[in-house]
Amino acid sequence: MNTHLRKYFRQEHLPHIWCPGCGNGIVTAAILRALDRLGWEKDRTVFVSGIGCSSRAPGYLDFNTLHTTHGRALVFATGVKVAHPNLNVVVITGDGDASAIGGNHLIHAARRNIDITTICFNNSIYGMTGGQYSPLSPTDSVASTAPFGNTDRSFDLCRLVEAAGASYVARGTTYHVTPLTKLIERGFEKRGFSFVEAITACPVYFGRRNKMRTPVEMLEWQKDAAVPITRAQKMDPEELAGKFVIGTFVDIDMPEYTESYERLLREHASDRGGG
Amino acid sequence: MSSSEVRAEDPVVVDRHLCKACGICIAFCPKSVLGADGDGIAIVERPDECIRCRMCEFRCPDFAIVVRSEEDE
Ligand SMILES: Cc1ncc(C[n+]2csc(CCOP(=O)(O)OP(=O)(O)O)c2C)c(N)n1
Ligand code: SF4
Ligand code: SF4
Ligand code: SF4
Repeated sequence: MNTHLRKYFRQEHLPHIWCPGCGNGIVTAAILRALDRLGWEKDRTVFVSGIGCSSRAPGYLDFNTLHTTHGRALVFATGVKVAHPNLNVVVITGDGDASAIGGNHLIHAARRNIDITTICFNNSIYGMTGGQYSPLSPTDSVASTAPFGNTDRSFDLCRLVEAAGASYVARGTTYHVTPLTKLIERGFEKRGFSFVEAITACPVYFGRRNKMRTPVEMLEWQKDAAVPITRAQKMDPEELAGKFVIGTFVDIDMPEYTESYERLLREHASDRGGG
Repeated sequence: MSSSEVRAEDPVVVDRHLCKACGICIAFCPKSVLGADGDGIAIVERPDECIRCRMCEFRCPDFAIVVRSEEDE
């Protein structure tokens, strides 16, 4: 293992439980490289996750870690951040965890613009429970609960988070791992709610059912289907069918929740004092 | 010497204990440096071709590959 990254792992728990070729490890390593570049200290960093294969990532990381309940990682993370605004708080969540059961929490964390970085591992499926479709499964893709193809429209979660009011929104893939690492790093740096969707592979439950037999074919798909935002802006919706856009969608400065809250407390300190 | 042994001079090192034989590093190496042994575990076949781009290390899902910097040698 890379000597720079070794110190961030709970070595005794490796090799990890993820299947051969599962992209979760690629995203996890990108997260560690990003925080290593920023010099984040382990004791000042908290990883919070929900439930799912992806949500197991914090179990391998030698930081303050909180493995919570399905869809609720942002609720616990909000509590941590409000209690200790100086900590770096990172949420790791799956596409199902973030958009289905946890969708409401995602909207309101973005609306508050609380300084949490959320990394959504989007593998297009519920991996842990055997490949049921999620709100992010592409239309027509095959899932255990959609054996003839998924009739739902697929959610563009980045647009949801942008509309809800986040300061930073971006999407990358595990194939484009160097840009993905930079997007995560920028999300970490940003004061406010940051959301990075990482397109990643579940070769076992998504790939095999959708004509991508190997992890390598899944990365080829990411390479071919990803369109950088600058190019996408010049393309028609028809040309973009079956593709997804990668890059930075939002990077703006807006009032951050814990700062606004602290200011309120300061302003009213005399009201409370001595009482 | 068997090709699966770690040679001190190799620019790329695979941890056989961590590798799960997914084939990603082999497929996407721009210089075809890597191959697989009989179990699919990645091995360094053409070390002299390596340009140390580190893509194999960055894309390995199992933290099993390290590309050494030239100063390490
Ligand atoms: C309240 C509750 N409902 C349902 C489940 C079952 N469950 C566990 S993980 C999961 C979905 C996981 O999918 P995703 O969040 O996309 O993560 P992945 O496993 O694909 O990384 C579900 C439905 C649960 N654990 N708790
Ligand atoms: S089931 Fe899918 S998401 Fe879960 S570990 Fe295996 S490949 Fe990864
Ligand atoms: S990418 Fe990693 S796990 Fe996959 S074959 Fe290469 S070394 Fe092994
Ligand atoms: S560093 Fe680049 S050239 Fe060298 S083995 Fe890895 S992918 Fe191939």
